[in-house]
Amino acid sequence: MGVIPFLICFPFVAAVLMFCIRVNRIRNAVAYVSAAVIMAATVYLCVQWLIGGAGKIRLYYHTEAADRIILAAELILMCVVTWLCFKYRRWYISFLSIVPTLGIAWLELFGPEMTEYNRIYLDHLSVLMCLIVGIIGSLIVIYAVGYMHGYHHYHTDIPDRRYYFFMVLFLFLGAMFGFVLSADLLWIDFFWEVTSVCSFLLIGYTKLEEAVKNSFRALWMNLLGGTALAAGIIYYALKDGNTDLQTMVWSGSMFQHAALVAVALTAFAALTKAAQMPFSRWLLGAMVAPTPSSALLHSATMVKAGIYVLFRLSPALRGSLAGSMVSFVGGFTFLAASFIAIAQSDAKKVLAMSTISNLGLMTACAGVGRPETIWAGVFLMIFHAISKSLLFQDVGATENSLHSRDVEEMQGLLYRLPRLAIIMFIGICGMYLAPFGMLISKWAALKASVDSRNIILVFFICFGSATTTFYWTKWLGKLIARSSKPVVKDITKTNEMISLGVHTVLMIAVCALFPLLSKIYVDPLVSDMFGEAREVIPTGVLYLLVLLILFFFAVPVLAYVRNKHMAVNRKLSYLSGINTGNNDAFVSAYGDEKKLVVSNLYLTKAFGVRRLMVPCEAITSAVIIVTVAMTIGGAL
Amino acid sequence: MTTAVRVIFVVLYVLLAPLIGALLAGIDRKISARMQRRIGPPVLQPLYDVIKLLKKQVIAVDRSQGFLIVSYMILTVITGCLFFAGVDVLMVFFILGTSSVFLYLAAVVTGSAMSSMGAQRELVQDMAIEPALLFSAVGFYLATGSFEVGSIIGGPVSAIVKMPGFFAAFLFVLTIKMRKSPFDTAQGTHAHQELVKGITTEMGAKNLAYFEITEWYETVLMMAVVAIYIINSHPASIIAAIVVILLVYFLEILIDNTCARLKWKDMLVLSWTVTLISAGVNLILLMVI
Repeated sequence: MGVIPFLICFPFVAAVLMFCIRVNRIRNAVAYVSAAVIMAATVYLCVQWLIGGAGKIRLYYHTEAADRIILAAELILMCVVTWLCFKYRRWYISFLSIVPTLGIAWLELFGPEMTEYNRIYLDHLSVLMCLIVGIIGSLIVIYAVGYMHGYHHYHTDIPDRRYYFFMVLFLFLGAMFGFVLSADLLWIDFFWEVTSVCSFLLIGYTKLEEAVKNSFRALWMNLLGGTALAAGIIYYALKDGNTDLQTMVWSGSMFQHAALVAVALTAFAALTKAAQMPFSRWLLGAMVAPTPSSALLHSATMVKAGIYVLFRLSPALRGSLAGSMVSFVGGFTFLAASFIAIAQSDAKKVLAMSTISNLGLMTACAGVGRPETIWAGVFLMIFHAISKSLLFQDVGATENSLHSRDVEEMQGLLYRLPRLAIIMFIGICGMYLAPFGMLISKWAALKASVDSRNIILVFFICFGSATTTFYWTKWLGKLIARSSKPVVKDITKTNEMISLGVHTVLMIAVCALFPLLSKIYVDPLVSDMFGEAREVIPTGVLYLLVLLILFFFAVPVLAYVRNKHMAVNRKLSYLSGINTGNNDAFVSAYGDEKKLVVSNLYLTKAFGVRRLMVPCEAITSAVIIVTVAMTIGGAL
Repeated sequence: MTTAVRVIFVVLYVLLAPLIGALLAGIDRKISARMQRRIGPPVLQPLYDVIKLLKKQVIAVDRSQGFLIVSYMILTVITGCLFFAGVDVLMVFFILGTSSVFLYLAAVVTGSAMSSMGAQRELVQDMAIEPALLFSAVGFYLATGSFEVGSIIGGPVSAIVKMPGFFAAFLFVLTIKMRKSPFDTAQGTHAHQELVKGITTEMGAKNLAYFEITEWYETVLMMAVVAIYIINSHPASIIAAIVVILLVYFLEILIDNTCARLKWKDMLVLSWTVTLISAGVNLILLMVI
């Protein structure tokens, strides 16, 4: 399994290369090759692990040298963060880095003797995460090469620091691999901090005022989570004498106090990384800040780190106070974020809110901590990773061509920018329509929360499902509505198109093959964690759903083919006045021409960010503070 | 239920539902007319209307509307078939939501102002309806231990005994689903619609006929949902179910003729409040006890 250290280290090497090579052409070529190598290595790891029996594998017992390197890197990271905080006159944030880092360093150097465990842990969940990071992450790198080229072509006011941008991208990939493969909490903590700092650097890429502001918001929120994580680790290590994640979860599921406190603190950290309320604003900031391709890296891969931790913790969350906290915060975020998404017309904001909303559902699934909910949560994660990354890239490419990312501007996109519109259409369908994937997960989550008698979650899912349908359908309608606006020139680069194409194929494949995926992968994943896999949705129904999917595709196609040759007389649309002939203006009672503007409903007054965000943050903050305090108080 | 019974039910639904739906619509118009001291059209008038529409020449703003409407119709019929085949009600409600997306698309594809605005309201209506439908499914599961229609109606006591709150919420949103005043914001049968004909403004000839036929299928499906609240293992319960359906339908007509249209915002707030209170309290009771 030499491929594991390779997967973790290679992106770091690539990052150094990115920084050193200052010739765009050469660097782009190296970026392509590195992305391809990472993808190949991920697939190799997956295949090798499958051939080896797809079991739980623990590796690397003696790792003193690596431990020391990680500790040194952690201290360097702390220095970098502190320096940047002082440079931008936000010195107080540096405490959130200094305190936990010194705490961890103290534990490692001067703390009590620890029981040694293996450092690397491999099972279905970590391999799945590797696939998401390795394949989607690499595709994003490929896409970013083309995208950043176009970006700097149009934004000449922003200094071209692509060497730096790609360095951070690769650093991030390496950290994500390290994060999902580590079994040791100290290692996890280090990689956690690296991902936090990477996102901070990516958001602040343009150094514009807004970007800097948003990047520091992301930094303090993520570092706050990191601080909680470090506190949990130190407390647990001092009490139980080890720093192994699996042991901690196992002790937590036996309701041992020390482990429960650590689990609660870790879960808190995961909530910050998964951008759950009240920590949603950093992800929104990451979307709005002009670092487009990093935005998608965040939503497709980085936030999944938080979800990954929650899934790992879920056996210990079941029935515990921390579990109720996680499921409440998740369910609440699912509902509240989907409300807010209704009021957005900026496509990227809609995507950001829906990301937060979907993460909320995954979080809720983890918080319930039953095999069925994890099954649903894992499916959500797979579908979400693919379709969200697809949509983000597509909106980015559309923006480059259309020079707008407002959903209202996308009227008739299907006729004006067909390739991108069709892909967008597929991505949106995958996000919510029955019988596609997301819906199956929602269904399973609803069923499981009824089974576990989680009343409040049933409320959240029933209402959240309705609001989700609303904002997606609205967007879908815009794409196909007829418009008299001119055709737009599609300037999407080939490398962007390759990434989009691969994503689309993946999306359709996952939808069509999901009964198989459930049987050969997700069921074993659940039994890895719980020792049992329960049938959530009977296999017969799953196959019925696949049939429905086929039919779903077939109906519009067949109907289209049949209608194509039918004689239809065209007429003008009714406009309460004389239509001027192009369906976009009418003659008013005064005899002058009135331009027609058709707009979607946004319910801004009721569901606007301004109105909803603060109360929602207050509620979730209160719940989190109370439960964490109660858990800690209960253990003391 | 055996497979043979399921197949018979599905076939009967596909063949008879439009007739029953048309008949119900005809009776609806007759009773409404009598309530307004008119004589009203013959009971079979809706059927004559649709037959005439089918024969008319197709004139449309956009060619693609046709296939979207047909997709809407077929998916709705399939949803109904799934229900009558006795599968999971939760799945039925989810797929019903998908089919209504096609209606939305069929209305907005024209780019027309009136039908787009009607379509937006239709979406709000769907958003108002969905929680109550999902709650109903959850209620069936808690009351009878199964999501499957076959098991729900096979119990010794009617589901409604344990879930009156769910039933009330369902009746409330049924008024929205059946496009009855005060909730006919997207498209109404009354001639005082400020959006002309709302979501159907740009639908004509065959397209409008398909829309009407789909409405009939949907009405029958909704009435069947009412029925599974009532039916239990005792055969006499089927008669009770029919009586309840007729009462419910009469109630809808009465509401339709006595209420003035509400704004869509009020509709949304009202229906969610009713769902939250009525179905919510019932849900908590069922889960705790």
